Amino acid sequence: MRDVAVIGVGMQKWGELWEKSTRDIFVESALLAMDDAGVDSLDAMYVGSMTPGLFTSQEHLGSIMADYLGQKNIPSTRVESACASGGLAFRLAYMEVACGMHDVVLAGGVEKMTDIGGGDATHALAAAADMRWEGMHGVTFPGLYAMMAVAHMAKYGTTREQLAHVAVKNHHNGSMNPRAQFPMEITVEGVINSVKVADPLNILDCSPITDGAAAAILVPADMVKKFKKPGVKIIGSGHATDTIALHDREDLTTLAAVAASAEQAYKMSGKDVKDIDFAEVHDCFTIAEIIVSESLGIFERGKGGPAAEAGETSLEGRIPINPSGGLKSKGHPVGATGLAQIAEITEQLRGEAGPRQVKNARVALAQNMGGSGGSSVVHILEVM
Amino acid sequence: MPPARSWRTYPQTYRLEAARCVKCEKVFFPPRLVCSKCHGRQFERFNMKRTGKVVTHTVIRTPSDEFSGEAPFAVGIVQMDDGPRMTSQIVDVPFDEIKIGMPVKLEFRRLSTEGEAGTIHYGHKAVPVRV
Repeated sequence: MRDVAVIGVGMQKWGELWEKSTRDIFVESALLAMDDAGVDSLDAMYVGSMTPGLFTSQEHLGSIMADYLGQKNIPSTRVESACASGGLAFRLAYMEVACGMHDVVLAGGVEKMTDIGGGDATHALAAAADMRWEGMHGVTFPGLYAMMAVAHMAKYGTTREQLAHVAVKNHHNGSMNPRAQFPMEITVEGVINSVKVADPLNILDCSPITDGAAAAILVPADMVKKFKKPGVKIIGSGHATDTIALHDREDLTTLAAVAASAEQAYKMSGKDVKDIDFAEVHDCFTIAEIIVSESLGIFERGKGGPAAEAGETSLEGRIPINPSGGLKSKGHPVGATGLAQIAEITEQLRGEAGPRQVKNARVALAQNMGGSGGSSVVHILEVM
Repeated sequence: MPPARSWRTYPQTYRLEAARCVKCEKVFFPPRLVCSKCHGRQFERFNMKRTGKVVTHTVIRTPSDEFSGEAPFAVGIVQMDDGPRMTSQIVDVPFDEIKIGMPVKLEFRRLSTEGEAGTIHYGHKAVPVRV
């Protein structure tokens, strides 16, 4: 296998982009990535998208995006793994370059979620759960994560306030991210008193419904000098699955797919969790960031909540988590999220993150998750 | 929901029919073709006892459109006495009395209705067992 590097990333400002279609949103971010890298032609591309069919009635995204990006007849593949579609698109692009099949490959992700109403969007997202044995009983995604939160609180004493600290920290980071959908600062009291969604989770514990895309350009590491920006090397990649029905898991307080995907990435990179300078993780709900931070081995089981409360994961903390603002503040167009994490890490490792720059960062981890943890993709990147 | 989709799960919907792996005795609900524990492919079907315990729970206050008339409602995961775990609404009990470890039994109830003249979906809901 060849070493592979990211040499360009792109992402527009996320939000409710009513004036833009799915293809416009994707192409806009893809062009930003291609301009960042200084490339005009691609050898191949991957498009992560969870459910464009349910959100916009359009499928066959691989071809439509290659066409509208002006890349006539290249191989283009749509990738789906619920909310981990973007991370998985990145992994497949990585594998394609690593194995020597192609040199210049784009990994992109997109979701257009605001063309339909909130109830329909909740239904579309619920399709990432077990529709027959979970969805039919009325359980929603916030409901599934709420049930993990209740189990985590009962087992470890995790508190309502600790959950709120995750959201407050991520909005603070997002306030310094010009592309964030909700860049406003919030308070612990504000989170605790916000509208209830699924007990104990409130609206400010939840990532929003978002339109957006993000993209990255991958090339063999030995070709990096031909491009205008410094490359960021992909040193570890992992992907794992778990039951998609939450009730089929023996332990509801940890995420086995996250742990397994991280284990693969750590092993491949030769790095230990202690070598990670910061992480972008899948905080679709506040409890998710806490459980993920434990499943990645950053904190011991049950210590994720106290660590968030103590500021260990803030920008100035021992290990900053979600300097971008995370899904919570930056937004969560499901198929695009995994690529937005790569965009943030690349810019951070190039020292381009402005006021939210993590100091002296050399090694960073991205973790992208599908459903209630039915799939997880982890990448570790390093300054070249 | 297409009629065939509800028809083919009648044994589970009406009788809680599960499958026990002949080799390792792990019980699956709904039945599967291969055992995730030992890869065995022979199963015996049986109707589960309807009793179990709550292992976690929540109250859904913002539902999907199909359940918009129902919220707020409680949902939980039930550890069945016969082994499998199942997602179920928890009814006939005030929300603040639902606790982890609470004994419940699964009753046959109406789950949802597709509009005024649409199909009515039936299934299980958990009710507390008063001891």
